[in-house]
Amino acid sequence: MDITDLRSIATVAALITFVGIWVWAWSGRHKKDFDEAARLPLEGDE
Amino acid sequence: MSNNNVETFYDDYVIRGFTVMAVVWGVVGMLMGVIIAAQLAFPELNLGLSWTSFGRLRPLHTNAVIFAFGGCALFATSYYVVQRTSQTKLAFPLLARYTFWGYQAVIVAAAISLPLGYTQGKEYAELEWPIDLLLLVVWVMYALVFFGTIANRKIKHIYVANWFYGAFIIVVALLHIVNSAAIPAEWMKSYSAYAGVQDAMVQWWYGHNAVGFFLTAGFLGMMYYFVPKQAERPVYSYRLSIVHFWGLIFTYMWAGSHHLHYTALPDWTQSVGMVLSLILLAPSWGGMINGMMTMSGAWHKLRDDPILRFLIVSLSFYGMSTFEGPMMAIKTVNALSHYTDWTVGHVHSGALGWVGFVSMGSIYFLVPRLYGLKQMYSKKAIELHFWLATIGVVLYITAMWISGVTAGLMWRAINDDGTLTYTFVESVKAMHPFYVIRMIGGLMYVSGMMIMLWNVLKTVQAGQATLARIPSTVAHA
Repeated sequence: MDITDLRSIATVAALITFVGIWVWAWSGRHKKDFDEAARLPLEGDE
Repeated sequence: MSNNNVETFYDDYVIRGFTVMAVVWGVVGMLMGVIIAAQLAFPELNLGLSWTSFGRLRPLHTNAVIFAFGGCALFATSYYVVQRTSQTKLAFPLLARYTFWGYQAVIVAAAISLPLGYTQGKEYAELEWPIDLLLLVVWVMYALVFFGTIANRKIKHIYVANWFYGAFIIVVALLHIVNSAAIPAEWMKSYSAYAGVQDAMVQWWYGHNAVGFFLTAGFLGMMYYFVPKQAERPVYSYRLSIVHFWGLIFTYMWAGSHHLHYTALPDWTQSVGMVLSLILLAPSWGGMINGMMTMSGAWHKLRDDPILRFLIVSLSFYGMSTFEGPMMAIKTVNALSHYTDWTVGHVHSGALGWVGFVSMGSIYFLVPRLYGLKQMYSKKAIELHFWLATIGVVLYITAMWISGVTAGLMWRAINDDGTLTYTFVESVKAMHPFYVIRMIGGLMYVSGMMIMLWNVLKTVQAGQATLARIPSTVAHA
């Protein structure tokens, strides 16, 4: 294995990680948490 | 129960300083821009002195608007947003004050050393090594204050604006350390640690990520807090904001080589930069649409709220320049646009339209709140500022488009026998009227900024620094 293989692996791993984040964000399980988080700017001051 | 009293108020002391100085440096930096625009139209304005020549004042302009105006706005808003969305006060309050005075010292050092001709010769990284070291110290303190505050947060979730600000702080540290690596030869003189095309690649890896992380990620942090705040509704899609963030993180780093199309850089490296720049369109527009759609059901507010108008128009310019950028990164388009004023127009559509407008909107939001008032001293003045700035930007960028495309076409025009159709000076003559229009556009933009300074000082005079109370956080604990 040479450095080009390592680079290819890193690139593919990055793509998979990104798609993983996307699937995670869209999975719907976090809807309640996200809705709460989205309201944070509106609740930070009295 | 025991330490309730220490955690009662937010620490807004340095935020006031950074906010007012952002406006002051904005006027200075943009005025410098108008001066050099006038020099390009009327070269005798160089005054025949080395200190006032275009080559020395141009880096002064770029450093002042990007790092002094933009930087102060980022410090102010990040300290404000991280406290409000973490519902805790700034960690290391003393360090926060040092960041203010340290950063102002860097700006003053730049303002003195650049006209004197001290420069590392790297675009947007001109400052010589002693100033670079000072900036590094300030930046480490900034990171400690920001991430320390996040660590102390009273809310489980880290709001998306803080992710953007956090990425901006980390990446700018990385870029600054790598690109400023140099061998000092003497006091205020050094040589880059890199040579040849590697030096060029490191420089534009730095340069484009300065656009991506200093001028984009940080200001997106602003957008994700102040647009919902001023529109009084949560961001349109929180999950889209997460994908927006990671999309930018995974792609921006590799786009820099589009600055070196058709150079000694290996061809495949140029193509990587082009392809990654094209991919960047997707997360950028996702983020722009997310900000815009936050307004859905509240569009009527734009009619009588000039602050919201600043914020929303900034998003249209973000969309425009992030469409134009990928297009210009295509090698065949770049063959026409490179080295022409089209590039200058593109940069200013992003800098004046996106970065400038989102900062102005956020500062108009901040100033009254930091001084215990409900609104700015004069709403009419904000309206006037908005129109002056909008017409100024449009004049600026359309003049540069026409000038750039004209020059690009003239440079590549060839007669049947293979000789050039136009001499270089003929293209300069064709550009001249547009240089005058650009100067007028810039003059309008800086006039708006001066009105803003007056309005901010009047507001500060009418109000007084007040302590903002941290809400009780039982609901989220």
